[in-house]
Amino acid sequence: MPRPIGKGPHGMGSGSIKDVNKGTVKRLLSYVGKYRIRLIFVVVSIIISAFTGAIASLFLKTLIDDYITPMLLQAVPDFSGLFRVILMMGGIYIIGVLASLFYTRTMVSISQGVLKRIRDELFSKMQSLPIRYFDSHSHGDLMSHYTNDIDTLRQMISQSLPQMFSSVVTIVAVLSAMLYLSLWMTGVVILFVFIVLNIVKIIAGRSGKYFVEQQKSLGDLNGYIEEMINGLKVVKVFNHEEIVKKDFDERNEILRDNATKANKYANILMPIMMNLGYVLYVLLAIVGGILAVGGIQNFSITGADVVTLGMIASFLQLSRNFIQPIAQVSQQLNAVVMAIAGAERIFNLMDQEPETDEGYVTLVNAKYENGEVKEADHRTEIWAWKHPHGDGTTTYTLLKGEVRFYDVDFGYNEDEVVLHDITLYAEPGQKIAFVGATGAGKTTITNLINRFYDIADGKIRYDGINIKKIKKADLRRSLGIVLQDVNLFTGTVIDNIRYGRLDATDEECVEAAKLANADGFIRMLPEGYETVLTGDGGGLSQGQRQLLSIARAAVADPPVMILDEATSSIDTRTESIVQKGMDALMKGRTVFVIAHRLSTVQNSNVIMVLEKGRIIEKGSHDELVDEKGKYYQLYTGAFELD
Amino acid sequence: MIKTLAKSIREYKKNSILTPIFVMLEVLFEVMIPFIMARLIDQGIDAGNMDVILRLGLLLLGAAMVALTFGALSGRSAAIASAGFAKNLRQDMFYNVQGFSFSNIDKFSTSSIITRLTTDVTNVQNSYQMLLRMASRSPIMLIFSLFAAFSINRSLSMIFLGAMPILGIGLFFIIKNAHPIFRQVFKTYDKLNSIVQENVRGIRVVKAFVREDHEREKFEDISKEIYDKFTKAEKLLAFNMPLIQFCMFGSMLLLSWFGARAIVASGNNAAVGLSTGQLMSLMTYTMQILISLMMLSFVFVMITISRASAERIVEMLDEETDLKNNDNPVYEVADGCIEFQNVSFCYSNKADKMALRDINLKINAGETIGIIGGTGSSKTSLIQLIPRLYDASKGIVKVGGRDVREYDLKTLRDQVAVVLQKNVLFSGTINENLRWGDENASDNEVERMATLAQADEFIRELPDKYDAHLEQGGSNISGGQKQRLTIARALLKKPRILILDDSTSAVDTRTDAIIKRSFLEEIPYTTKIIIAQRVSSVQDADRIIVMDDGEIKAIGTHAELLKDSDIYREVYDSQVKGGMASA
Repeated sequence: MPRPIGKGPHGMGSGSIKDVNKGTVKRLLSYVGKYRIRLIFVVVSIIISAFTGAIASLFLKTLIDDYITPMLLQAVPDFSGLFRVILMMGGIYIIGVLASLFYTRTMVSISQGVLKRIRDELFSKMQSLPIRYFDSHSHGDLMSHYTNDIDTLRQMISQSLPQMFSSVVTIVAVLSAMLYLSLWMTGVVILFVFIVLNIVKIIAGRSGKYFVEQQKSLGDLNGYIEEMINGLKVVKVFNHEEIVKKDFDERNEILRDNATKANKYANILMPIMMNLGYVLYVLLAIVGGILAVGGIQNFSITGADVVTLGMIASFLQLSRNFIQPIAQVSQQLNAVVMAIAGAERIFNLMDQEPETDEGYVTLVNAKYENGEVKEADHRTEIWAWKHPHGDGTTTYTLLKGEVRFYDVDFGYNEDEVVLHDITLYAEPGQKIAFVGATGAGKTTITNLINRFYDIADGKIRYDGINIKKIKKADLRRSLGIVLQDVNLFTGTVIDNIRYGRLDATDEECVEAAKLANADGFIRMLPEGYETVLTGDGGGLSQGQRQLLSIARAAVADPPVMILDEATSSIDTRTESIVQKGMDALMKGRTVFVIAHRLSTVQNSNVIMVLEKGRIIEKGSHDELVDEKGKYYQLYTGAFELD
Repeated sequence: MIKTLAKSIREYKKNSILTPIFVMLEVLFEVMIPFIMARLIDQGIDAGNMDVILRLGLLLLGAAMVALTFGALSGRSAAIASAGFAKNLRQDMFYNVQGFSFSNIDKFSTSSIITRLTTDVTNVQNSYQMLLRMASRSPIMLIFSLFAAFSINRSLSMIFLGAMPILGIGLFFIIKNAHPIFRQVFKTYDKLNSIVQENVRGIRVVKAFVREDHEREKFEDISKEIYDKFTKAEKLLAFNMPLIQFCMFGSMLLLSWFGARAIVASGNNAAVGLSTGQLMSLMTYTMQILISLMMLSFVFVMITISRASAERIVEMLDEETDLKNNDNPVYEVADGCIEFQNVSFCYSNKADKMALRDINLKINAGETIGIIGGTGSSKTSLIQLIPRLYDASKGIVKVGGRDVREYDLKTLRDQVAVVLQKNVLFSGTINENLRWGDENASDNEVERMATLAQADEFIRELPDKYDAHLEQGGSNISGGQKQRLTIARALLKKPRILILDDSTSAVDTRTDAIIKRSFLEEIPYTTKIIIAQRVSSVQDADRIIVMDDGEIKAIGTHAELLKDSDIYREVYDSQVKGGMASA
């Protein structure tokens, strides 16, 4: 059953600032915006802290002009004024220090909070995606959202954003000071900065492009590592280490190349900016010199005056303070571009169409009252479908486990139909088996019952209700499923069994384990039921894992059970014990069984023989044997080796 | 730790050394610039001398250009060195992992290996680059500035000597406390990754049991834990900057007070005490000293964060494989005979129960051996000792008449092909996957083996046939198809011993029978060991081993065992009549 093939590419542009999607930025800001009040405090603190820095640089001039110079002229110098101003400055500095302490700490909470929310939403969203999505995206790709993409976001929110903001505040402050001193020279500065910014744009653009490339190749390498580490045992059995190393080296080299290029451009940005700052300095000195020597009228926002030497000196100092924050901002741009590319990938996943669920029929506990089915508020071992109707009335249909397919067609993609005209009736209490070659469509049928996939054509009725009307969660809760490939979760053995029903007691879990014949081997594990399983239950054999997954389904005690090759790795002796237990548990309920092993299905009420997506034979074991058709061939085929 | 990491620098040593040299030269010219600036103002602008302005301006431009050149060069070499170092680290780790034995692999979780290879390396790469650039720049700046400050005024410069220890001790405490928390953060990251991984893989189970909310809760708990710890650690680090500012501002105020007194006392005379110009210079140097200390503290922060990562990397680099190749290995496996002599085995020293006990067994070359036994009877443990996936805890396992430990591992595993229970196919075409068995196999050979494994037919039905693309883990074909492909892959190795560990469980009985029959006809000289659940899969074997609870309970042909072995008879009955009996 081929499924849609195709990797989930990292959708992203070439990585320059221009490509940054405004929608992504807006959306990202909306997360930060949740902390509006704290952000206001942060902004205020950053401004205070930036101004403290500015006051600090002006203090020296005040110290010399207003205190030291006058005191030099006094016969008996009075230091009390100086003492007071130093105390005052001390106070201002302390405020500045506290402000910066406050905003860095607050930004930590904000950025970590934002990240937590994004992480949680991402996971929550991922859980709601249809199975189809997981079929077509590599695990490594999905995982890298949680690691690489979120890491870059952390850098941006906690470091780049506050730094950029503080730089912008400084730029504005310095610019107004410059305008205050001279319009002419400010013009020179702005012209120069304009040129510098264009250079920055070229370098940052290249760097950004390679940073995005770097993330892409990192994702690629990630995926490769994931696959190879998971298959490490196979790699070793096939002596494939050298080839795997070679493939790894190729990907590793691409990553190195991109990382080198990206960092190279990013690293030379700062020296270029700083030294171009010196060029500006010289330029200003010359222009200032010409203005001063030529006695040209100076204009500033406060009016016209003469160019003074002191003004030029101050202006030169200011120009240094102007270029530095610009350099800082441009250096942060890469981090921002990278983070936004990461955010875009994250949002891209968040924007995937979730599994749709238009169902409104729910599953409730029920009881009989005066011969009528009523809703109960506790577990009654009787279930009913609660079916609200358009006219406001609600009917209750007893859950019996009757499943009917009418002319169902289905394909995993449009051009390929996997199931044709499937019509089948499963009566409550029946055991229905599907037999057929691999790829005949057995698993697909069960995937349709629990709506992992939706049918293309035909009808499926569950207790007479169209399954599309049943809420997916309730539909699935009514179906116990044991799959051939067992997935266990990190946690103790008993936790893994309890996965079937979270409120099951320890006794019930042990009971289920006994029923699944898992109790014996569990007790032999180092810590028994409390043994912690890690890495998908790595230490257990396939058969032990299957027994656990049967126990997990048994504890759920569902009205309908689907066993998809559930016992394929369990020896037949154990299997027959498990089967007896399951038969007892499922008495009066519907069971679907898929198996290759005919011994597994022989005692079924109805056996459906599937071939190439069609039901070709249907009947009990004896009937089918008498029919001497395909089933008979299979049945005898199993023993023709005698 | 540093020693282990440094081994991975290798060919990037040149750039690693060049970077600080370039940085030093850059700093040298950078330090010259303020001197030129001061003269430009004093002698040029203050004096209104256009000639001096132009001359010194040109000099300044020249110095700036040289500094720029060295700055760019250092940036370039730092990038080359750090990205290269990271590449080598990843390579060394990955290579080391490839050398792991099965028991080494069992020790590390997949997600933790992945985080170590990616996030951790990136952290180390960033701090290495920072270290190369900043760590050389800051001390040089610091030394230059301190030297200059002391040459101006010795007693006032004592203020720095007071401020620096405060800063140093403060930074030390912050970092000392933050480091252990960062280690925990990364551990929690492992947990988070493994939850994500489990959910991505087990999404069908999650959805089938409607456990989305349960998983969300689990995830949010871990996510909260990361939030708490990360916040705690970063909030500690947030004291860094204010601490530096505190020292900087404090020094400046002290300088102002004592400086002013010194100037006034000396009458602004540099010869006697201090001049205003000198005070201004001292202030500039204060800034420079503390800024270079600040940069150093950035380096420390980076190192704090990356130290945890570095330790995790070193853990993997230091992990030694516990399966050593023999010093004088044998490169030839004589034939496919196997012998177990008093073999016992357990997976870890902690396990109080042996997985295998006192196994004695002789298998002749070319024999077909079936192994039957209950779930957990250690069938897999038994066969894993043959290609040395694990070493026996006691006793000797022999292949071709020699102890398996005498062979070159590669030779041994080439001759002993195992189809593992947990099949893994890799993303790529079917052709590529099959050629894992033999890279140089001709198309004909590949097709012949695929036919033998009964895979040819379904492959030909795929749109792209042998070039059909398989998703990771072969998720786009069925379990039975996967198993047949993995058998074909093993057959292509043309091994002397072929072991199938329950490899046809998802294959239908008829196909299974055809596969087994074709083995007999097509590869008669290969020793075949078949672990199976179905008696039908093994009943044709020359001998069948019945295992139970880590011991061999019986060996014999189908007919013999039916007569002599209770366990075997029970298994047989359960399969032939079992279904009907319980109906």
